[in-house]
Amino acid sequence: MKLGILVTEGPYTHQASDTAYQFTKAALERGHEIFRVFFYNDGVNNGTRFAVPPQDDRNLQKLWSALAEKYQLDLVVCIAAAQRRGILDKDEAKRHGKDADNIAPGFRISGLGQLVEAGIVAERLVTFGD
Amino acid sequence: MATLHTVNKTPFERSALVSALNHLKPGDALLMIEDGVVGARKGSAFAGLLDKAVKSCGIYVLEPDLVARGMAGKDLIEGITLVDYGGFVDLVTRHDRTQAWL
Amino acid sequence: MADVKAPEVDSRVRKKFMYVNRKAPYGTIYALESLEVVLISAAFEQDVSVAFLDDGVYQLLKGQNTSGIGMKNFSPTYKALGDYEVKKLYVEKESLDERGLKPDDLMAITYEDEAEDDAVKPLVRLVNRSELTGLMAQQDVLLSF
Repeated sequence: MKLGILVTEGPYTHQASDTAYQFTKAALERGHEIFRVFFYNDGVNNGTRFAVPPQDDRNLQKLWSALAEKYQLDLVVCIAAAQRRGILDKDEAKRHGKDADNIAPGFRISGLGQLVEAGIVAERLVTFGD
Repeated sequence: MATLHTVNKTPFERSALVSALNHLKPGDALLMIEDGVVGARKGSAFAGLLDKAVKSCGIYVLEPDLVARGMAGKDLIEGITLVDYGGFVDLVTRHDRTQAWL
Repeated sequence: MADVKAPEVDSRVRKKFMYVNRKAPYGTIYALESLEVVLISAAFEQDVSVAFLDDGVYQLLKGQNTSGIGMKNFSPTYKALGDYEVKKLYVEKESLDERGLKPDDLMAITYEDEAEDDAVKPLVRLVNRSELTGLMAQQDVLLSF
């Protein structure tokens, strides 16, 4: 089946991102297709490459990046939510006159329409939040 | 056309479990994940509500979340089915839609 | 980094989307950011409905004044939903009753029906829990934040 995943919380503070990651991984291992993982609300914070979590625990941002690379996943960070919370790619940083960008590998910034599209194209949409 | 309802908070913290139970149709399924697994414990203030729901709906608990919190199947009310993440995926694909009660 | 996918949306596909709103406004961002998705989804010509239940009913309370908390009052945006062709707003009766609220406490949200000489019609339908359960069971996609 073609699945869409919505993540509405950032890493660590809530278990949502972990559960979403474990679910996505299990779905892929079962041979399902993940059409898109869409990060909204504080979920955009999963997409920063500047996190330095303790070494003896999982690194959620890196886990998502690695999963994206292994399975060619489309990890989308909502542009409006990202702007509010300070997650930028190079274009966004330039557009808003910021001195750096911080998006993690494997993630891309795009509009809310990508979430709606996921709802239309995927056969199932699952939400992981608070 | 059945719905999978997920609940990720304990019923002591949030009303999500009660809201989910209030919106179940016979044949729907309820899956407790993350802190929500606490809601399935036998002898808790909410056990009665779940005992009633289990008669008409499949009630599931995500086992890795249960074990993480120091509990096991024997601690839960009768009629609960434990699933792993693969089982979670199967529940999603077997139901027509998933409603997350956050 | 994944390439941007070409849109795969088949214009003949019209799914039933229901946005399930259960949180009060301002204490968290979910009410606002959920509304932003509803507005965007109008552009995709899907069959959109919005349900307000549990504390979500507070999103529609009239007389919201946020000047004291320094946040933007976004409640007028609900009144624009008709213009975006989002015409099915469901408010759960039991959620109002449990909170000591009455339908009169809610904003009047209307649209002008072109098919009936621009007659002004209400967009909000009061439904009981059982009816809302039935409506949810008819949806293709349920979105909750």
